Order: sequence, then C-alpha cells, then structure tokens
Amino acid sequence: MTNTEPWIVANTVLPQLRKEEYYTASQWQLFWSRFKRNRLAALGGAVLSLFIFIALFAEVVAPYTGQADTRNTDYTAGPPQLVRFCDRSGCQLWPFVHELTSSYSVIDKGYQVTVVEENGQPLRRPLKFFIRDGEYRLLGIIPSNIHLFGVEQGKVHLFGTDSSGLDLFSRVMFATRTSLTIGFLGVMISFILSLLIGGVAGYLGGWVDAAIQSFTDLVRVIPPIPLYMALTAMFPRDWSNMQVYFAMTLVLGLVNWPTLARRIRSYLLASREEEYVQAARLSGASGWRIVTRHLLPGFASYIIVELVINFPYRILDETALSIVGLGLRRPTMSWGVLMQEMTTVQAIQLTPWFFIPLLFFVVAVLSFTLLGDGLRDAADPYAGIRR
Amino acid sequence: MILSSASSRQSNLAFWRFLATRLLISLLTLLAVSFMIYALIELMPGDYAERELFRKYSGTGVTITQAEIDRVRVSLGLDRPFLVRYGEWLWNVVTRFDFGPAFRVETSVNNLLKDKFLYTFILVVGAMVFSYIVAIPVGIWVATRKSGIADGVVTLLSYLGLALPNFAIALVLLMLNAFVFNLDVTGLISQEYRDAPWTLAKFLDFLGHAYIPLLVLGWSTTAFQLQTMRGLMKDEMGKLYVTAAQAKGLSGWPMLIKYPARHAVMPIVSTIGFDFARSFNELPIVASILVLGELGQELLLAFLDADQNTAAGILICITSVIVVANFLSDLLIAALDPRVRMGRG
Repeated sequence: MTNTEPWIVANTVLPQLRKEEYYTASQWQLFWSRFKRNRLAALGGAVLSLFIFIALFAEVVAPYTGQADTRNTDYTAGPPQLVRFCDRSGCQLWPFVHELTSSYSVIDKGYQVTVVEENGQPLRRPLKFFIRDGEYRLLGIIPSNIHLFGVEQGKVHLFGTDSSGLDLFSRVMFATRTSLTIGFLGVMISFILSLLIGGVAGYLGGWVDAAIQSFTDLVRVIPPIPLYMALTAMFPRDWSNMQVYFAMTLVLGLVNWPTLARRIRSYLLASREEEYVQAARLSGASGWRIVTRHLLPGFASYIIVELVINFPYRILDETALSIVGLGLRRPTMSWGVLMQEMTTVQAIQLTPWFFIPLLFFVVAVLSFTLLGDGLRDAADPYAGIRR
Repeated sequence: MILSSASSRQSNLAFWRFLATRLLISLLTLLAVSFMIYALIELMPGDYAERELFRKYSGTGVTITQAEIDRVRVSLGLDRPFLVRYGEWLWNVVTRFDFGPAFRVETSVNNLLKDKFLYTFILVVGAMVFSYIVAIPVGIWVATRKSGIADGVVTLLSYLGLALPNFAIALVLLMLNAFVFNLDVTGLISQEYRDAPWTLAKFLDFLGHAYIPLLVLGWSTTAFQLQTMRGLMKDEMGKLYVTAAQAKGLSGWPMLIKYPARHAVMPIVSTIGFDFARSFNELPIVASILVLGELGQELLLAFLDADQNTAAGILICITSVIVVANFLSDLLIAALDPRVRMGRG
C-alpha cells in the first residue's frame, strides 16, 4: 500500500532531499527542486528567456528598424541570405554575405535573384558584430547605436525580405516584442478584472455571486474568436497603431476574465472555510490581515501558474485576429501581422520564408505551455503521488 | 410494488422538472446572447449606410453628402432607435424564422445562409465526430499501455494541439501542398456546382473538398480530447471495481468498454456543446485561409462590413447549435446518471 507520510512521498519525488531537509525547506525551495526535475519545463523556460531577451532588446538584436524607411528596394521579396565562408572566388575565415538584388519577372511569374559582381567576382559583404548603425534608445532610455550584427555597406537579410523589401529578421524581432507584450498586458488586465470580480463574488456570495456566475455562463456560450471579432471590428479605421494596440490588450483582457474569476471565486469560497482561516479569525485577525497574510500567499503560486498557462492562449488569439485583418495592422509588427503575408497563394509558392514568423509563434507557444505545465506540477505538492 | 411505482412517478416528475428548467435556461441564454451580439455590432463605428455609399462611389470622384447618407439610412430603416430595430428583428426571427435583409450582398440573410449553414454544420460536426472517433479509442488504448512511449506521443500531440492551432495547420498544409502534393485544397465546392441544386454528384464533390478543412478543424479538439480521455481513463483504471472485474475473469476491450470506459467518457459527453464551440472557434480564420466560403468566412466579411443582420444571424445560428448541444448533453447525462436526474434538477 502507498505510504503517504509527506516526506516519504516527497522522497520518491525528490530523492535528493533528506527528511530533515524536507521539513525545514521553504515553500520556494520545494517548488524549485520539483521544478528543476522537469527537463522539458526547464527547456521551455530557457527558450522563453531568449524570447524575453529579444523582446527587451529588439533594437540591439535587429540590424534595422523594420519600418518603411529601411526598405531595400533592390531586394524585394528576396530569399534569406546565406552566411558564407566560401564562394567561387575562394574561402575566408570571416563570415560574409553576398550582395544580392531581386527583380520580378513577368514571364516566369517569379522573382529573379542575382548576385552583384565587382570585377567579375561576387561582391562580399563581411558580417560585423556590435556594429554602429541606426540610433535608438535602449529600453526607451539609454541612447545607443550598437547592433548585434550587420554589414558596413549594403544590407544583410538573414530571413530574407518581405514583398516591400523590409528586412524580415528585424521585423520578426520587433514582432516578438509586440506579441509577447500584448499577451502579457492582456493577461494582466484579465487578471486584475478577475481578481476584483471573482473576489467580490467569492466574498459577498448571494445574488451578486449568482448574477456574475450567470453572466460568465452566458459569455462562455459564444465561441471566443467570433466574440473577439465582434469587439475588434468596433475599432475605428482611423485609430493610430498605439490606440489599436492598447484596445487589443483591453479586448483580450475583457473577454478572458470569466474563467479566471471563476477559479478565484471558488478558491475563495473553499478557503473561507479552511481551518487555518478559522483559526486566524478566532485569534482575532482582521479581514485584511487574513486575506494578505494567509489567503494570498497560499494562492500566489496558483495564480502565477494560472497566468503563465493563460499567456500562450492570448498570443494565439492576437495572432489569429491579426491574420484576418481584425487585430493589429501594418505598420505595427506582430507575429499575426507578419503571417498575414503568408496567406496569399503567391506567398506560399514563391516566398516560403514568409513562414518564419509562424515558426517563432509555434516555438513560443510550445515553450510557454511546457513552462506553465512544469510550474503547475511544481506548485502542486501532490503531483508526484498520482499514478 | 406500490412503493416502487410511486417512487418511479416521483423520479419521472423530477426528470420533467429538470428538463423544463434546462429548456428555460437554454431559451433565456439564446435571448441574452442575441441581444448581446446585436448590441455589440451596434457599437461599431459607422453603419452600413455609409459603407454602401462608400462602395458605390469609391473611385468615381463623387463626393458623398450627409443628405444622401441619411436617405440611404432611412431607406434601410437604420434611422430608427436600436431597441426598435432589435425588437423587430427578434420578432421576425421568432415568428417567421426570418433573419432580415443581408445588406452586404443585397439579398436576405436566410437566402445567404441557407446552403452555408449546412456546409458549416457538416464541417464542424464532421470535425467533432472525427476527433471523437480518433481520441476516445486511442485515449483508452494509451491509458492501458504500460510503456511510456505512447504516453509521450500523446503528451507531445496535446502540446502541439495548442502550439500549432488549426489556422497554423491550415497554413502549413497550404505550404506542403504547394511543394509536395499539389492538390486543390482551397474551396468547398467546385465552380460548376456552386449554384446547382443538391445532387449526389454535388455532394460527392463537397466531400472531396471537405476532408481537408475537416481534418484541420478536428485537429485541436482531437489533440485536446486525446489528453483528456487518457487522463480520465487512467484515473478509472486504478479503481477497485476494475480490479474486481478483472478478478472475475474479464479482460481486454470487453472489460474496458463494460466498466471503466463508460465512466471515463462521461465528462466528454458533458462537453459536446463546448466542443462544438471549440471547433467553430477558429473556423472564420481557417475559412479565410482555405477560402471555404461558408459561415465562418461570411461572418468575418459581415464584421468587416458592419452588416448587423448577417453577423447576428450567423452567430445566433451557431450559438443555437451550441445551446441545443448543451441541452442534449444535459439530457444524455441525466439519462446515463440517475443521480443527476433525481438530484439538484
């Protein structure tokens, strides 16, 4: 039969902990040692850190701003440039790219790419790292002009260019920032709303609770994406990109509070009756103290996990809406906006590198989900007992 | 004998009361949803009158006057207050099943949706049936496996179900198709059948086109249900009644179907309505990628054009199906589980 004494259970899960270590470990130490054992979750976390780094330092990572003034008009819809060490005129140790041009040929119905030559040799553009180029403000504050990589003359397009000649690599970097922040803000808005509404419902109970419950039931009947579509279709066409961006976060937050509010409510309802809450109440603790000292710390890990799990869904929603033109719009860059270009038949057949944003999207959502599941298992002390 | 008939009459009464409450709740839900949708579309900036004039005169250099907008507005009846229009629309829907004129294509919404509703229904239900046929047996099978490989595959699939949503699968399929298969994956009906009446040939043509969107739409639900089914089945397998059944000499699929699977499948039955919602959810996006020309795409166009009647009509049709499915799954659960039909009601 299973032995359910906590430290024995813990020991099957966490063999590195001894009995006394288990009992003296803090919640966070236990959480961390459980989390570390899940390699997939750790991998998800690592990939995600890279994405967050890109989101924070997009200007550094991207060689160009990706805005209309950085168009490479000689290289529209150009395929990714290969980083080379060798070409037909020999090899060199330092990596370089070829200077390329593309032109549309009506006869072939496709783009023709030609290598620019100088004195009969292909023109080499050596890659430079930490190159000084366009000015920007790091994190919006520190003025700088250092880019992770670039070329001194000509242009470098590691992911190719889009149909108007913009560097896809730079655009994907900035899109990563937009998509991650919009997901983050959307989750935070729905979190605040659900904390307020779920808190009120769980605390007051009675008809307020019943009314809120029936409203959330109602919203849940409508499939979410059509509901988003109804809401985003309201945005005036003349809104600036900033306005659309914030309105999008608001819409994402507004549609999604019900599920989270329901969880917070049922947690509050359940823990109101818990013995440790009763004990605190009996020893004369105020309502505020009970909530902040006893209820919230117990709930914090749960909330964090819930938010991380929600995150990929919001990114997905934004992407889905932007693809069909009901979300963010050009010149804003987000994964969805970039994916808009791949939906045309021409893009699929002639310019497969337009699919690179999809790859970023898939990897991001995958690592978020892995991380979220890992956190959830780590936060649940009984996760190892089942099975 | 007398006692048992009395108690069965009582349980019948409880069942009818349960049914009546569920029916009432369903109708109220539909009413509230229709109002919500109509009101949402009302909040859109600019009404259909402006868009129609814009389309009519765009590129001709004619300046549109306010008087002309007002004239079109009056002729379409858009000048009346919101509640009057909603009331009239609702009245026509309830009494004559008439969803009003579809502004965008200058026909009635009924006319526009007639065939498309059928396509959509077949697509979404087909996608659901596909996902159940795959997910339930495979989920049961994986739960009984001792090795971790099948487990790992299911877990991977369930992650991909989220990370590669239906619309992404549609895009990948388009790309693969362009380079590998070279099939005609877009559209639902060949050009020559578009306006033809339903015949066997047209239906076969429809099926020939429909299987790709069907697989695309079924994908996420399948991945999700596979994971759910495995989890539920694993929980059931550990219970004592399963051991008892095995001790009596039952084994293999007959035992699985007779005992644990029956219980494990219950939560899935209770979410049929939500599965329909989930399958329809991404349809507008998938439809616009695969150029399906059914309700999802029509809904997208209606939203882009502020066509209130069409958008509300489509959403009402879809939510009706969801509400009806929820109602039916409630009934099914009540029929399967005596505690539900006797209990809370």
